[in-house]
Order: sequence, then C-alpha cells, then structure tokens
Amino acid sequence: MPSPTHVSEPAERLAASLMVPATAPAASFPSGRRRLTGAFWCSLALIGLLCLIAIFATQLAPYAPNAQLDIVGLKSQPPSAAHPLGTDQYSRDLLSRMLFGARISLSVAMLAVLLSATVGTAYGLVAGYVGGRIDAVMMRLLDACLAIPRVLLLVAVLALWSPVPLTALILVIGLTGWFEVSRLVRAEVLSVMQREYIVAARGLGASGPGIVWRHVLPNVLNPVIVSATLGVGNVILLEAGLSYLGIGARAPTASWGSIFFDGSDAFQATWWIALFPGLAIIVTVLAFNVFGSALRDALDPHQLAGDRAR
Amino acid sequence: MRRYLAARLLQSLIVVVLVTTISFFLIRLAPGDPFSFTDFRMSNAAREQLRVEYGYNQPAPQQFIRFLGNVARGRLGYSHSMQRNVGTVLAEAVPRTLLLMSAALFAAFALGIALGALQAVRRGSWLDRATSAVLLLFYSVPDFWLALMALLALAYWIPIFPTGGMTDQVLHDYMSLGGRIRDVVAHLILPALTLALLSAAGIARYQRAALLDVLPQDFVRTARAKGLRERSVVLKHALRNALLPVITLLGLSLPALVGGAFFVEKVFAWPGMGYVAATAINARDYDLVTGTVIVGGIMVALGSLLADLLYALADPRLRAR
Amino acid sequence: MADPLLTIEKLRTYFYGESGVARAVDGVTFSVGAGETVGLVGESGSGKSVTALSVLRLVRPPGRLEPGSRIVFEGRDLATLSERELRTVRGARIAMVFQEPMTALNPVFTVGEQIAEVVRIHAKASRHDAWQRAVEMLHVVGIPSPAERAKEYPHQLSGGMRQRVVIAMALVMNPALVIADEPTTALDVTIQAQILELLQELQRRFGMSILLITHDLGVVAETVSRVLVMYGGEIVEEAAVKTLFAKAHHPYTEGLLAAMPRLGENRERLRTIPGTVPPPTRWPNGCRFHDRCPYAWERCTSEHPPLYQIGAGHVSRCHLAEEPERRNQPHEPFIMRETSAGVARDAARGARENAAARSARS
Repeated sequence: MPSPTHVSEPAERLAASLMVPATAPAASFPSGRRRLTGAFWCSLALIGLLCLIAIFATQLAPYAPNAQLDIVGLKSQPPSAAHPLGTDQYSRDLLSRMLFGARISLSVAMLAVLLSATVGTAYGLVAGYVGGRIDAVMMRLLDACLAIPRVLLLVAVLALWSPVPLTALILVIGLTGWFEVSRLVRAEVLSVMQREYIVAARGLGASGPGIVWRHVLPNVLNPVIVSATLGVGNVILLEAGLSYLGIGARAPTASWGSIFFDGSDAFQATWWIALFPGLAIIVTVLAFNVFGSALRDALDPHQLAGDRAR
Repeated sequence: MRRYLAARLLQSLIVVVLVTTISFFLIRLAPGDPFSFTDFRMSNAAREQLRVEYGYNQPAPQQFIRFLGNVARGRLGYSHSMQRNVGTVLAEAVPRTLLLMSAALFAAFALGIALGALQAVRRGSWLDRATSAVLLLFYSVPDFWLALMALLALAYWIPIFPTGGMTDQVLHDYMSLGGRIRDVVAHLILPALTLALLSAAGIARYQRAALLDVLPQDFVRTARAKGLRERSVVLKHALRNALLPVITLLGLSLPALVGGAFFVEKVFAWPGMGYVAATAINARDYDLVTGTVIVGGIMVALGSLLADLLYALADPRLRAR
Repeated sequence: MADPLLTIEKLRTYFYGESGVARAVDGVTFSVGAGETVGLVGESGSGKSVTALSVLRLVRPPGRLEPGSRIVFEGRDLATLSERELRTVRGARIAMVFQEPMTALNPVFTVGEQIAEVVRIHAKASRHDAWQRAVEMLHVVGIPSPAERAKEYPHQLSGGMRQRVVIAMALVMNPALVIADEPTTALDVTIQAQILELLQELQRRFGMSILLITHDLGVVAETVSRVLVMYGGEIVEEAAVKTLFAKAHHPYTEGLLAAMPRLGENRERLRTIPGTVPPPTRWPNGCRFHDRCPYAWERCTSEHPPLYQIGAGHVSRCHLAEEPERRNQPHEPFIMRETSAGVARDAARGARENAAARSARS
C-alpha cells in the first residue's frame, strides 16, 4: 500500500475510499444526508489560505526567492529573527523560498490534476458510452497502463529529458495520472446509462453527444472532483520527490522539493532546510486529503466510487 | 484456476513488453544517445565504435528488434558512469532492493494488519480514533522526508543506527558470518521501517474496513454460539475472511513500494536499484536509467502475478475454478 | 412436569440507539421441559429472535440483557454467569441452529473442520478423533458420502445440505437444548419438510429439547407440543398445540390463524391483521395489541393486561378473559379509524420524501 508518493492509482483510490469512515470527526450524520462538518470547513479554509499565500508570495516574502544575500555572512544560517526559517548554502532566505515554493508546488499539482481529470474523464466517457468491443479494448489498454509504476515511468522520462521546463513537468505528471479517473468515470457512466431518464431521453430522440453532455456528465463529475482533490495531495508529494531526485523542478526554481535537493548534501548540519519544506508539504497534503474525504462525505457517501472500490 | 493463471501470465507479459517498448522509444526520442557524453578520456573514434557495436547507427525498426532481443537476453546496454554492463550493475543492485522491499513488505503488512484489526475490534474507542488520525497524518508525509528525519534523528543526533549504506564500509569483510548478517540487518532496519510505516497506514485502513465488514456476519455469530473464545472468534474466524481483501493489496502495493524504494534508497544510500538509478540520473547515464526502469517494471509485473496467485490460493471459492 | 430444563424469568433485552431505547424483549417468562419441543411464534418485530439470542447472551452491544432477567439452566443462571463458564454451555449444553445456512457457515473452512472445531473445544479431543466424530455426525444427519463431504466447503453444498451441516454442528456435543431460529425459512418448501422431519427424528433419537422459533404456524402445527405466541416483546398466549389451534384465546393468535391460507377454503382474499407491528422503541400504552384488535375497549388502551389463566396450561394476555362478552362486539380496529387523517398525512409525507430523493439522485 502506498508510500506517500501515492504513486499507485489503485492504491490512491483505495486510500480515498478508506478515508471515509475513519476521518469523519465527532459529528456523525445520518447516512445519506448531506452535512458539512468542521473538518470540511477547516481544511477548505486552510487550502484557501495556502492559495492566498501562493498568489501573494511576492508581497509576503521579505526577500526575493533567488536573491543571494550576504554570500559570506549569511551562508547556511539557522533560523533567526531576520531569517525565521534560516538560510541555505547559497545564502538565500528560506522563508521567501518557501513562500514562492508554495506557488510552484501548488500550481504544478493543480494543473497536473486538472489535466489528468480532463483526459481521464474524456477517456472514461467515451469508453462507457460507446461500450462494446471498443470499450473492451480501451479497458485492456488501461489495465496495462495501470500496471506500470508511475514513478518509474516519470523517472525514465524526466531523467532522459532533464532538465525539463515546468510546463513539460506538469504535462508529464498529468498524462501519467489519468488512468484511475477514467476507470471511475466509466463505471459511473455505465451506472447512469441504465437509469430511466437516459432511456427516456433517447426515446424522445435526443442525440448521443447531447445526452452525454447534458445528463451523463453532471452525474459523473462528483467522483471526479473528489478524486481530483485527493490527487492534488498525491501530486504534491510526487513532485516533491521528483524534485528531490533532481528531475523535477530544477534550480534555481524554488519548489518545496527542489529546496530539499539543493540542501541534500549536508542535512546533519542544516536541519532546517529539511524540516520546513517537509512540514509545509505535510500540512498542505493533509489539508487536501481531509478536504477530499469531507467533500465526498458531503456529496453523498453511497454514490461515490469509494464504496464501490470495496 | 489454470485459465486464470494463463490469463494473468499473458497480462504480465503484455505489461513487460509495454514497458520495454516505451523505454525504447524514450531512449530513441531523448536528445543525444548514450555515447554522446563528454568524457575526454574516450576518443570520438572509440565512441563511434561503441555506437556500431551497440547498434545505434542502424535504422529504427531494426534497432527495436535488436533491443527486444537484447532485453530478452538480459543485455541491457552499457553504463558509462560505472564502466560496466548495465546488466552486471543491476544484477548486483536488484537483490539488495529485493531484500529491502521484502523486509518492508513484511513489516508493513504485519503492522498494518495488526493495527487495522485492533481498530476494528475497538471501533469508536479513543484508540481507534487516535490511530486513524495518526495514520491520516502518515498518509500526507513524503517518504523521502520521513526517511531524512529518521536518519537525522536516529542516526545522527541520537546515534542508534548506522548512517547509511548496507554494510559497514570498513569492517564488514572482517566479520564472521553472524557478524555480517547482523551488520546488514542493522543497516536494514531504518530504511525498511521507513518504507513500511507509510505502506502500513494504508494497509491498516483497509484491514479495519474489511474486518468491520466481516464482524457482523452470521458465521461470526455462529462461532460465538459454538462456545469459542472471543479471541478465537476474531482471529480465527473473522480475520481469516477479512485478510482476503488485504491480500489483494500485496499486488497493489508493489508499484508504490518500488517507487518509494527509489527515494528511501537514495536517502539511506542503500545500494539497490533506486540508489543506482538516482546516481545514474545525475550522471546522465541513459542506459542505466532505462535498464532500471525495465527491470523495475518486470519486478512489479512478476510481483503482481505472485500476489494474485496467492489470493487465488487463499480463497477456497476461487480454487475450484 | 418434572423440573424444567430451562426457565426464563422476566427476560428483558433492550437496545440503546440514537432514536431511543428499543425494548425488543420486555418481560418474557416461560420454561422448556426436558425432551419437550416448544414453539415460539411471532412476526418480525415481535422479539422472538432476540429472545433466542438472549438465552446464550449472543446479543451484541448496543443491546444488552437488563438486570433482573433470569435464565436458569441446569441449576445456573446464565444471565449472570461469567463469560468463561458461559462458553462451556454454548455449543455443548445449549446449541443454536440459525436461519441462513449459507451465511452461518464460515466460507473459508471445510464443513468437517467447522463441526470438528466444536468437539475440539469442548471435549479436548485430538484432531483425528474430532474429525471422525464430525464425519459420524454428517452421517447421522443424513448426508451421503460423509467422509468426502466433510472435506468440502460450504459453497459446494446445496442449501438443504448446508442446513443439515449446521444441525450436525449443533448436535455433535449432544446438547440438552437446541434453539432453532427459523431453521427452515430460507429453504425451499420440499427441503423445509425434510429438515423438520430430520429434527423430529433426531429428537426421538437423542432426546434433547427443542425451542423452535418461527413465524410459520404451519411449521408449528407439525412439530411442537407447546406453543408460545409473542407480540410486542411479550408472550401474549401460551398453550398446548392442539388447544391453540382449536381454542385460541388472544385476538392476535386468532388473527394469525385466520391469516393462514388453507386448502379447501373458498376465499378470494386472504384475511389480514390490519395495521403493522409497532416499533420496539414505542410500544403502545395498555395492551400492545389494542390498536389492531377487533375487540378492544377503553380498558385496553390504558391497562396493560397480565397473563390470565384460561385453562390448564393455557394462558392469554387479554382482558377478554375477564370480560368475555366483549368478544361478541367486534368492531373496526382503532388503527383503521385514524385512517383518513392518517392516510392523508402519510401520503403527503411520502410525496415529499420522493421528491427529495429524486433531486438527491440527479
């Protein structure tokens, strides 16, 4: 089961399905009813705060992220009043780097997930709607893709083309993450197709694409949204790991993972370079995970693929 | 059962072929070729010779066939950063990764199953809720970070464990067999535990849910009505059924474990595949990187197959087919 | 009658839930004699299954036996026995046969193992001896090729055979009492008859008592000597089987008997008891059956009837015992009178719920 790089999508799906019973906090709601709990609002607020930080990094950061301040005097300094999170070996203020790092990490994650969700939804819609042989072939292909470990694939691609620009990074991560979503979507499509109003709409002469757009898609979106939310956390971890290996966001871009990479040689001495980005990642991913499962609870616990996964 | 096996075997084969094909295209499409590195010790003529020898001057389709043939025979190319065949490098590294992964798997499942079962039996108690909260936390932790923190805390600041590598660089060869085993084990504990801890979180979740599903079922009540001790009822009757879905996790956790091993190996300098790959990346050693990817893919495919086999054996309802 | 084998006194089993306390079993008293077959009859919601589970304290939280309940068996009160001693009773002195044979058996163990397990726990027998005993029992319950069958898994057997296995499991330690909770409900009709016959034959052979829980009066007529009728968590009538079928006293029993379709009867509609069983969280005041009873009067709405003696071994929880003339004044049960207002209210609520469900789905 997943190491938190969450690189296995089925594992992520299982994980997502499991967050329902255990993370619902003290407020218990009657099954089937929609309730927004404290966890929902808290995590949403936290996510909002993080986004704000990312957007306003320029205003919030005391220094520029790549500014090498006093090269001799400020090299690798532990946290102090002037530099609350310390400095790295290039004499850059860690706090500023972290704030800008939020921008990189969050945008990479969100964009990549957006890509995955889009591609996955499209694939799943087509497969589910068309059905028959084409569907079977598409699913076989999907199974094969799912079996390939995501990290291995990413390492191969990124290592060979390194250094990659950020857009390419987003593209590659996004294009390796859509498999599970498409499976989810296809299952949902199949179930929706059997409902009466689709049959009725067809009987009334509604066209294929029209049906898909107006009736099928809205129903299918709920599990996709939940999956996407949980996926953001996953990708943040993934990007951090890749950057740590040196094949993600490259210097001097400051993502939380690349901050690690820069300081990876001398951690015993400069522990703050390891600690703070890690904490930031944990808090962010936690927020997204809690929000994702609270969202799923709110959107009707029985409808979503989580229960089906079991 | 046999049909199921055959189908799964075919599927694994397809995956391996797919991984190999993708790797091939990646190498072909990547800028440069394995011999375009700048190493002044090697003349251009020598480079050309190597290129011819390894077939890099032939047209693409031919290269592909040759590539497949090579992979099938275990010739995965030449690693310039290690000055050895990729196959040789990996032959040394893979068993070490296997050791790490096996240890991690074992620990992960032992811990995960125990925790999950405990949670299910004590559902709703503070223990249950606290464990869930802690596990959720672990879910959000990057494994390399956890590895780093573990290394910092337990090897540097409080020197309980060795600071990395697989063996004591200086003394290992002089130790007795027992000493050597203990040495490896001492180096194994921290990385394996780190890997295990994160997987265990997911396994515990799953086990808890599975056991909660099983406990209210009729046959559990029958077991109690027969006069069994509660412990036997849970461990022998309920858990045996609740373990089945958890076994499916074995196959599913392999890709994640292989991926996670990459990072953990780098942090702890454990000389397995992941470590090799990490250094290869930095050295721009294409052949080694792709070789690692292919071998990794094969390992995962095989592992999945084994796990599915295990599941089919464990569930008597499947054995008959 | 000699000292009864099992005496249940004032058994109360309550469930504590979010919507209140469900008094599933609310003061039940009866006994079962040695070698006797007693039937406990009632619809779902009457509390009969919970009674059965309560005897061996198999009721799980949030349900529990209330203090004051007594379950006297072989000189000990099972209600207050320690868990460890209770385990010596379960499966060995008192055994249970459950309703659904497929789910009552563990799918991952062979049937032989599951029977042998009982022997190993209670008789401390070796694996080999226990297995032999298991095969023997399979033979006793009429399963062909028992030695081979014992190595099979539950999913490989038919429903009737599985139920035989469950019975074998119950009888392997020669218990004094077998509690069978709807043993035939989940089976086909022809198999039902076979299983009942098997039970009777085994009783003749081994002499154990049987407490048969069922909702099917037809089953009761065939197999038991004494009948207890439950409603609203209480016993409402108790009589010998012939007496019950010939001279039932309680209006509920009358209703049950009337509702049974009979061959030779020329009816177009089945007779039903109007209304539904009330929820155990809110038993009606006074007599719990009063709102569905065709004879009820004011007394019944406020005064909870005790068990009146009707004849020898025949009791009934009905005020008609004291005012039998009221039986000549049947009327539409109270629950039907609320009907027009009630129906309108229910219809409106139902429509609202449907609309909400539909919008939730889309």
